[in-house]
Amino acid sequence: MRKVYMDHSATTPVDPEVASLMMTYYTEKYGNPSSIHSFGQEAREALEKAREQVAGFIGAQPAEITFTSGGTEADNLAVLGAAEAYRKKGKHLITTAVEHHAVLETFEFLAKNGFELTILPVDEYGLLSVEEVRKAIRPDTILLSVMQANNEVGTIQPIAEIGKLAKERGVLFHVDAVQSLGKIPVNVDDLNVDMLTISSHKIYGPKGVGALYVRKGIRLIPLVHGGGQEKKRRSGTENTPGIIGFGKACELAQARMEEEAERLTELRDRLLDGILERIDYVKVNGPRGARRLPNNVNVSIQFVEGESLLLSLDMVGIAASSGSACTSGSLDPSHVLLAMGLPHEIAHGSLRFSLGRQNTEEDVDYVLEQLPKIVERLRQMSPLFDQMQREAGAK
Amino acid sequence: MAQGNKTKVIVGMSGGVDSSMAAALLLDAGYEVIGVTLQIWPSGGPETENSCCSVSAIDDARLVAYLLGIPHYVLNFRAVFEEKVVAYFAEAYFRGETPNPCLACNREIKFGELLRKARGLGAEFIATGHYARVRRDAGSGRFLLLTGADGQKDQSYALYGLSQEQLRHTLFPLGEYRKPQIREMAKERGLARVAAKPDSQEICFVPDDDYAEFLRQRAPEKVVPGLFVDREGRPLGQHRGIVHYTVGQRKGLGGTFGRPMFVLGFNPERNEVVLGEDADVYTPVLWAEELNWIAWPQLREREPVRVKAKIRYKAEPAPAWVIPENDGVRVEFDQPQRAVTPGQAVVFYQESLVLGGGTIVSDPRGLRRRST
Repeated sequence: MRKVYMDHSATTPVDPEVASLMMTYYTEKYGNPSSIHSFGQEAREALEKAREQVAGFIGAQPAEITFTSGGTEADNLAVLGAAEAYRKKGKHLITTAVEHHAVLETFEFLAKNGFELTILPVDEYGLLSVEEVRKAIRPDTILLSVMQANNEVGTIQPIAEIGKLAKERGVLFHVDAVQSLGKIPVNVDDLNVDMLTISSHKIYGPKGVGALYVRKGIRLIPLVHGGGQEKKRRSGTENTPGIIGFGKACELAQARMEEEAERLTELRDRLLDGILERIDYVKVNGPRGARRLPNNVNVSIQFVEGESLLLSLDMVGIAASSGSACTSGSLDPSHVLLAMGLPHEIAHGSLRFSLGRQNTEEDVDYVLEQLPKIVERLRQMSPLFDQMQREAGAK
Repeated sequence: MAQGNKTKVIVGMSGGVDSSMAAALLLDAGYEVIGVTLQIWPSGGPETENSCCSVSAIDDARLVAYLLGIPHYVLNFRAVFEEKVVAYFAEAYFRGETPNPCLACNREIKFGELLRKARGLGAEFIATGHYARVRRDAGSGRFLLLTGADGQKDQSYALYGLSQEQLRHTLFPLGEYRKPQIREMAKERGLARVAAKPDSQEICFVPDDDYAEFLRQRAPEKVVPGLFVDREGRPLGQHRGIVHYTVGQRKGLGGTFGRPMFVLGFNPERNEVVLGEDADVYTPVLWAEELNWIAWPQLREREPVRVKAKIRYKAEPAPAWVIPENDGVRVEFDQPQRAVTPGQAVVFYQESLVLGGGTIVSDPRGLRRRST
């Protein structure tokens, strides 16, 4: 059976070039970068080279990069670390309703522990308005966090404008760029950000590695204490092979980004238009065009459940996703779609395809061949579809 | 995965020995088998150790599916389970009934919503690890429900509510086996860990079996103290709220009445618990409504049927006549039955055949005026 992986926003395969480079640092150059001997030195050199590669990709200085165990830890370090470091200055925090749980839950935790939290709404396309941010900022606001691109619907936020505003008002600005890195330009100066989260496994690097960019001069209270690695921001022996893989993945992504984004945009629109052409009662979630990540397709197919769609697609070899998977692997309606004002039942029928490097036109056409058949079968079983058709017929 | 023209079956898996072996036996029989586990309770919510749909059950089922080499999915049934089972259970309790949520779960969830989903996924059948059998009657063309070959483990009582359409698309691979055989076969197949797990029991969504506490958390305003009364309505003392009591109960009444007293029933509209003596707990007749007939489309008018009737999951089937009356039936037992409980099911058998059943309702003549 044909296998089509279209869940690159969940994770990507490790680039073979990245994997083979990493292997050297598992089996041959396995030194601890903190050791003084030659084994340690060669690991340290490679680690610092990776730091340069990562920093270079986002227009930062190497010293402003702190490696972590992934995007979630980087988000936690930014939010908890900054809130703790600046709590004497104020207790007010701002984020948006469509953030990743790694950000949202961390803010909720702070809100239960003495901080005040404003969660900003978004419009029907998942877009945050700069005006909303302006209105929300108070004299005691210390931290603002907004994702650059949404993981579910691909909406790209006006980060540079929001960053400009934050700078004017003296509010620390954190951006989760986990989904945007490698797909659209991410430059910490252009975007006016103070802190920025990125993750390796979304850009064809290994899992278990991420980084937080922290602009020079910003204080952070660390989450992990110990040997003082990463300039005391994140203790623990560095995941050298992983970090080196991340560095390489950044270098490759940087080289390929422009061309790849163009190719993915074409595939994205072929898929989206194809679905709209072949299936009735479909709602596109998120904006169309340049405000959407080049690799994201998210639709709500009415009168069917996302869960049944996903299982049926999996049975014909197509890997997609829907909502956000909880620890048990079952699906909840997406907080992002609900924040965009979708009714519960439509949010439940949502489906995300996230395209990536190995996807081809043939893959897209395979989905376009299978999906309508699946939707038709599921709608035949759907009491809601039946009811809707009878009502339409009666008119 | 799509294996030519093999018939596709979706097996409800709990990680326990029964559903695991159900999946294994279907694989042996040449079906394309897909395992599913239902997620019915919010993660981080109440969690009972040994239930068919707990988070540990999901992990166990995943492991078994992996060992058997079949795909496994977790399906989110939280909303529908809350509506069709938990809310139903709570409302019935607050009405003064003692509902059996497993019946509602079978009818509405496993053989309702899950079957519907399974059909949507292209499966011809769903299967479970119940000890019961389905046969097609050559003469009438009807799908018949029979007790499991293992009389000790027979679970047909909880399945009497299935419709013809549901039975048509259901397989019970364990129906011809005895439980010890199933345990033995599970060990032989390397499913030792699941074979060793104890059977699941009690109500899966009620932590520690504490119904009263569970109901109090859902609707504290509905658990209020009231009066114990006798059958003539004379006050005997104070009770802690109707939900704490079930018909036939003697222990835990919390008062001294000068003689052993038993719960006979409830007057929910007056928040009363009616007490009486042991002899009053026995009744030779009951009424049932919301009937479902499996052996025939409906009970013919005014024609009494000789049956053995079972008034709760663990009761012995007792000889009785079933007589149509108004919207339901009257069941007259040869011997009085103890603690006939409104809200529970009465299921009618002829030998191993399940004729059908219904929900026991309160004595239409009322508790207080009833004569023994």
